[in-house]
Amino acid sequence: MSIAARDHYRANASNTVLPEFPTTAFTVAPPLREARVAIVTTGGLLARGAPGWKRGEQSFRVFAAGERDLQMGHWSINYDRTGFSADINVVYPIDRLGELAADGIIGSVAPRHLSFMGALDDTMATLRLDSGRAAAKLLRDDGVQVVLLTGV
Amino acid sequence: MEEAGLATVQLSAIRNHTERLRPPRALYCDFPFGRPLGKPGDPAFQRRVLLAAFALLERPTGPVLEDFPETVADAGDDEPLACTLPPRLDPNDAPAVDEARGLRAAYERQLARTGRTSLGMVSGPDAIPALVAAFVRIADGVAAEDAGLPSDPHSAALDINAYYEEAALALADHIPAARATETWFFHHTETGRVLRAAQAALIAAGRTDFLATVVPRGQE
Repeated sequence: MSIAARDHYRANASNTVLPEFPTTAFTVAPPLREARVAIVTTGGLLARGAPGWKRGEQSFRVFAAGERDLQMGHWSINYDRTGFSADINVVYPIDRLGELAADGIIGSVAPRHLSFMGALDDTMATLRLDSGRAAAKLLRDDGVQVVLLTGV
Repeated sequence: MEEAGLATVQLSAIRNHTERLRPPRALYCDFPFGRPLGKPGDPAFQRRVLLAAFALLERPTGPVLEDFPETVADAGDDEPLACTLPPRLDPNDAPAVDEARGLRAAYERQLARTGRTSLGMVSGPDAIPALVAAFVRIADGVAAEDAGLPSDPHSAALDINAYYEEAALALADHIPAARATETWFFHHTETGRVLRAAQAALIAAGRTDFLATVVPRGQE
C-alpha cells in the first residue's frame, strides 16, 4: 500500500493553495458558563432522506438539537467514516454539549446546529459572502454566542 | 462568524493549514481524519477535547493555536479489522455479489442498533448487489457508462463502502481504529478487491477524474 490519506495530506499541506486572510476577525467570548453554544461542522451531514450534497456545494443544512438521524453525505472518500457510524459525537458532539450544559460548564445548547461540506476547491466566494453570513445570522437569531467548528 | 459577533473555536486536523489561515482560536488535534473528537464511543475523551477547545475562549486576543496533548493513531496497514465474512449463498453469482447479499443481515442489525445509516448517495441497501455487479463488469473491462451504474462510479462506490463498513461494525465486537475497516474492506473482501480492480481498469481506460475515483488514497 502507499501512504495513507492522513499522512499524505499532512505531508503535503504546505503545497495546498489556501485563501489569504490579512487580518483575523476576533469576537471576545462571554463567560463559557453563560454562553449558548452551537456546532458547525464541515462533515457534509444531512438528515436521512434529504437531498444529497451536490459536489462543491457551499450551502448549509440545519439540524434541530434533538435530531440524531443524520448521515454522512460528504463527497470525499479519503477519511474514516466508521467512527461517525458508530458514534455521531465523534464528528457532531451534540450529546457532549448537552452534558456540559447539564454540568453548568456551558450556558446552554443552541436549538439549531449546522453542517457545511468541506473539501471545497475554489475560492469559496459563495460561502464567504453569502451562505456563511446567512449561517451566522441564523445562529445569532437563536441567541448563539459561541460556535464549535469541527471538520472531517 | 466572528465578524457577526460569534466567538468561534475550531478543532484543527492539519496544523499547517491552520497556521496559514490564522483563525481566531484553534486546537490542533492529531487524530484520524473523520474523527475530529478523536475517539468514538469514549465520552470522557471527547469531553477532554471539548474542554481544551473551550478553554481557548478565555484568551483576550488571537489568533490562538494550541495542540491537544493526546494523539490518536490510525490502524496500520497490517492491522485490518478481523471480521468473519458470510459463507457463499449462491454459487451462480459472482463472489463479490454473493458476499454483498450475505452481509445484508449485518447491515440491518447495525441500522437497528444506531438508527442511522450513511448509505444513500445513490440508492438503498436493495441496490447494493447490483452496484457491485456493475463494478465486476468494469473490472472486466466494460466502460463505466455501459456497466449499468445508476450514477458516476465515485458515488456508487461510496454507497458500497458505507454498506460494508456499517455491516462490519455489526460483526465486530468493538469500534475499530480508523482505517482498520477500510483496509479490511479493500484488501480482505471480494467486493473490495473488485473495486481495486475496477479502479485499475478505469485508470487504464483513461478515467483519472474525481468521479472515477473509487478507492481511497493509500488503499490502491
